[in-house]
Amino acid sequence: MAEPRSEEPSNFKGGNVQPLLSIEELKTWFPVKRGLFSRSRDYIRAVDGVSLDLLPGQTLGLVGESGCGKTTLGRTLLGLEQASAGRMHFKNHLLNKVSRKQMNRLRQEIQVIFQDPLSSLNPRMSVMDIVTEGLLQFKRIEGSREAHARRLVEEVGLSEAAIYRYPHEFSGGQRQRINIARAISLRPDFIICDEAVSALDVSIQAQVINLLITLQERYQLAYLFISHDLSVVSNIADHVAVMYLGQILEKGKTFDIIQEPLHPYTRALIAAVPVPGEARLSRSHRVKGEAPSAANPPSGCRFHPRCPDAMPVCREAPPRLQRVGDRDVLCHLY
Amino acid sequence: METQDTNKQPLLSVQNLSVSFSTDEGWFRAAEDVCFTVGRGQSVGLVGESGCGKSVSALALTRLIPSPPGRIDSGRVHFEGTDLMAASAAELRKVRGNAISMIFQEPLSALSPLHRIGRQLVEAVLLHRKVSKKEAWGFAEQWLRKVGIPDAGERMYSYPFQLSGGMQQRIMIAMALMLEPALVIADEPTTALDVTTQAQIFELLQNMKQNFGSLLLITHDMGVVWEMCEQVIVMYASRIVETGSREAVFFQPAHPYTEGLLEAIPRLSSGRQQLKAIPGQVPSPFDYPEGCNFQARCQYAFDRCRKETPPLYDCGAGQYAACFLKG
Repeated sequence: MAEPRSEEPSNFKGGNVQPLLSIEELKTWFPVKRGLFSRSRDYIRAVDGVSLDLLPGQTLGLVGESGCGKTTLGRTLLGLEQASAGRMHFKNHLLNKVSRKQMNRLRQEIQVIFQDPLSSLNPRMSVMDIVTEGLLQFKRIEGSREAHARRLVEEVGLSEAAIYRYPHEFSGGQRQRINIARAISLRPDFIICDEAVSALDVSIQAQVINLLITLQERYQLAYLFISHDLSVVSNIADHVAVMYLGQILEKGKTFDIIQEPLHPYTRALIAAVPVPGEARLSRSHRVKGEAPSAANPPSGCRFHPRCPDAMPVCREAPPRLQRVGDRDVLCHLY
Repeated sequence: METQDTNKQPLLSVQNLSVSFSTDEGWFRAAEDVCFTVGRGQSVGLVGESGCGKSVSALALTRLIPSPPGRIDSGRVHFEGTDLMAASAAELRKVRGNAISMIFQEPLSALSPLHRIGRQLVEAVLLHRKVSKKEAWGFAEQWLRKVGIPDAGERMYSYPFQLSGGMQQRIMIAMALMLEPALVIADEPTTALDVTTQAQIFELLQNMKQNFGSLLLITHDMGVVWEMCEQVIVMYASRIVETGSREAVFFQPAHPYTEGLLEAIPRLSSGRQQLKAIPGQVPSPFDYPEGCNFQARCQYAFDRCRKETPPLYDCGAGQYAACFLKG
């Protein structure tokens, strides 16, 4: 049974809706050997104390630049990386402690779509084989294998004839549709999209985003949508969490965050997006330098060396999570 | 087709440039009949999605297309009174890296991983200027400072791999600008960088504008074009489909593809919403249809579009579109 949490999650609508996914102070650290004979160890703190909740049928966007840990977070949820601390609850399972057999069964409830459409597809399997593989495994084929495959590919906007073809015959956008068809075949509750549209051209990206939104509404899917692109995320997610060097700096409703970003880093991300037809936001929102390594995060607030609003306390003490209205912000300004 | 500055001779004039590539399935046209000009001191954006022919066109300008498997089938590229397509290898070498410099997407394609940064910069200077090695060194170090590299003196002794992506890109910009080229060709210069770093690089290029003449920026990102360019050229499936000023193309797109592309771009939104996508997909270069390449995805397509390829029509005020609706 899931344990009750002491702090109410920021997107908790009140009432009796239990989160589908609940992450508490999750940490994923990778040890780095310093030398052949060195006894002390450094760690890459890829995920360093992340707490998030996802309600059924909801999309949570996880935004951050390279090295922030968002992909590692997704991989930890899937069991591809070992969590170092913290807890991950999915329905009434504690993901940290599921056996491989249980994780395998959970594939009927948790699915993933990765960035590179091609590497997720076995080149020697036909589309029919790919999209019905899971169904076959769990004995959930309805009617004939062909018929079920046809229904699935149609649902994602491909022609029925696609089921007899092979991945290399399709374009990037179409391959991603095949991945989506496979992901929804088992009618999961939750899909992790890890940069799922980042490798696609703009005009195709829009098609795939629309498809994901349509499927979500049809099947009440919950998405964890991981991306570096705030513009894309803001169109697909009603709630957003901004990640930097292993930590969540701000999280709340997309509407609130885009209208009035609180954390200086969030402001910088928004200011950095070039908007055709509009002048850029003021230079005061620009950040200096680049993100340091996650093996050696700065003291105090991790963002302070680059922050245009840094104060002395930012270097000395790490900020505590503050509640501002419906939002959580990790910043000394509040 | 003239730029807005019709009094002066354009710096660069490209006429009927066509490039093909050879593959297992045969030859295909990557760029077809490309014509455009770049005026002095102008920033021009060459924009389009993958496979449209923009990078190929840019590389062809200074004959950087590897041959095989590429082949420049036709075209004239007039630059400062010379046709680069007819120039000798020696003449081209004098122009490349000097009067025309390039910035690539991957800094490591321009920077050798085996040599220290200082040495590479100095080598580039000595190739084109008659100065002493010491003078070249000082000059190069000064440029590292100009592009915002901290501890420039020490960085001269670093290897490229010791620096972050953003820093490597700044060095490539230093190399491209230090000899005050008349034309900088930048091919997706910020695509591999984080958005906050990208913003810094744009700011750098804007601040450095007095160090170079014109800019030809190749990108798939319309936001980048808006930031950096006064003139825009849109390509689709190997052809130019529209060209005009930034304001004209963004606010009054004349070609259905440009219109669709602008509408499909995700903007910062206040919550979940469907985007206006262009249906269908780009045809394979082996399957270009009779007539307009965009017909299958165009909501306005009619009979003529399926039979003839539309030429670029004058839409007024320097804007052109390859569409029969404008004919």
